[in-house]
Amino acid sequence: MPILEVKNINKNFGATKVLKDISFSLEKGQALAIIGSSGSGKTTLLRCLNFLEIPDGGQIIVNGKPLFDSKSHNLQSEDEIRKNRLHFGMVFQSFNLFPQYTALENVMLANLLMAKKQQDYKKNKHEIHEKIESEAMMLLEQMSLAGRMSHYPHQLSGGQQQRVAIARALAMKPDILCFDEPTSALDPELTGEVLKVIRSLADKHTTMVIVTHEMSFAHDVADQIIFMDKGVIVEQGTPEQVFEHTQNERTKSFLSRFSQNNT
Amino acid sequence: MSASVVFSKLFEGFGINCTIFFVTLLGALPLGLLVSFGSMSKFRPIRYFINTVVWIIRGSPLMLQIIFIFYVPSLIHIGNPWAAFGTNGRIVAVCVAFIINYACYFSEIFRGGIQSIPKGQYEAGLVLGMTKSQIFFKITLLQVIKRVIPPMGNEFMTLIKDTALANILATREIIWVAKEFTSNRGLIWPLFSTAIFFLVFCGVLTLLFNWLEKKMDYFRT
Repeated sequence: MPILEVKNINKNFGATKVLKDISFSLEKGQALAIIGSSGSGKTTLLRCLNFLEIPDGGQIIVNGKPLFDSKSHNLQSEDEIRKNRLHFGMVFQSFNLFPQYTALENVMLANLLMAKKQQDYKKNKHEIHEKIESEAMMLLEQMSLAGRMSHYPHQLSGGQQQRVAIARALAMKPDILCFDEPTSALDPELTGEVLKVIRSLADKHTTMVIVTHEMSFAHDVADQIIFMDKGVIVEQGTPEQVFEHTQNERTKSFLSRFSQNNT
Repeated sequence: MSASVVFSKLFEGFGINCTIFFVTLLGALPLGLLVSFGSMSKFRPIRYFINTVVWIIRGSPLMLQIIFIFYVPSLIHIGNPWAAFGTNGRIVAVCVAFIINYACYFSEIFRGGIQSIPKGQYEAGLVLGMTKSQIFFKITLLQVIKRVIPPMGNEFMTLIKDTALANILATREIIWVAKEFTSNRGLIWPLFSTAIFFLVFCGVLTLLFNWLEKKMDYFRT
């Protein structure tokens, strides 16, 4: 059974159809890269998975359980959406770290808030806090940020900020981790360190959906590629199929434009 | 008449200015936050209503509003609510007018502060499973406070000087007391020396706000 099934997702902004009948599925432990030019709808698709946009039609199913169904109003209540969001983690293009908290506090905050709502929080306050803290520290160490835990976001480089953001998303233990052009706001020097971290997550078989403009990275890391254009999935397959043996004219022209731009 | 007697009388009067100042802040800061929420409400009638009120309050003289609040209840025969406060009735009426007036100005400052926080902060909270109120209190609020400190400093200074308007209702605030020296004893210098009180007060406010800004310097928004 696939960990994620997306069925017939539609999304309109006013009269503009941004997503038209998007369907795909993803197996546990696999990485899916979504490529396509700006305005193709790939970021909107990712935002739909995180319920930052509510699709106008379709279904989102995780582990066989429907998290969203445009026909079910129960699944669209605020509480339900908030709970279901936690199946997905999200790393934004612009990091969106909380500036008033240190790197460590950024990673801990959401878990602490959630723990406070547990009934036995008052009794075990100390242990709970310690557990959340040690988990957060471990994640930051994994991101090679051991020496930066008590730094505030403005004291970190873009690459470091993005790695904190990845740790923050991982702290919620999502089933599927989403990346929205994670390196687009970084200069080439810093892009490498973030890609390295994502690559190491792929090696550990983290289930990921990555929207990216880094073609060679997508080629190396992804198990599956989706090429989107004008709100539809034009082509879908393994990196070899899409990058090397595509028969599709639109894919060909997109990829050739890309190799021109990058040489 | 000795200077020390004059200054002690002026000091007494300035106590009323300070009372109005602090009572206004106590009422107008939370009320202003509520009004700012109203002005950003997704429910149009609330937004329109709040925006109209803010327009009327910011668009008419505070002095007129003080007179209105104090006299209109008796003029339209719904009784005099201020009588319940005895000799303090006039000051209470002044405070109510000030709270309403300053809440409207504060609400615009808060609205600007809240709307200047990037949407990504809110979305980052959402994807981490936080509730709207957790996002407001744990993420947005401190960033808003940092951003509104400089314009608030301005408003606080304007407020202490605006308290002199209370003398339109014959309250014994500092300017009123000073003018009594002029009319009863022919002394003009007490009136000019009231400036010292305001200058010292604003000097302290400036230091306080500089300190606050420094306190918030540990992060950047």
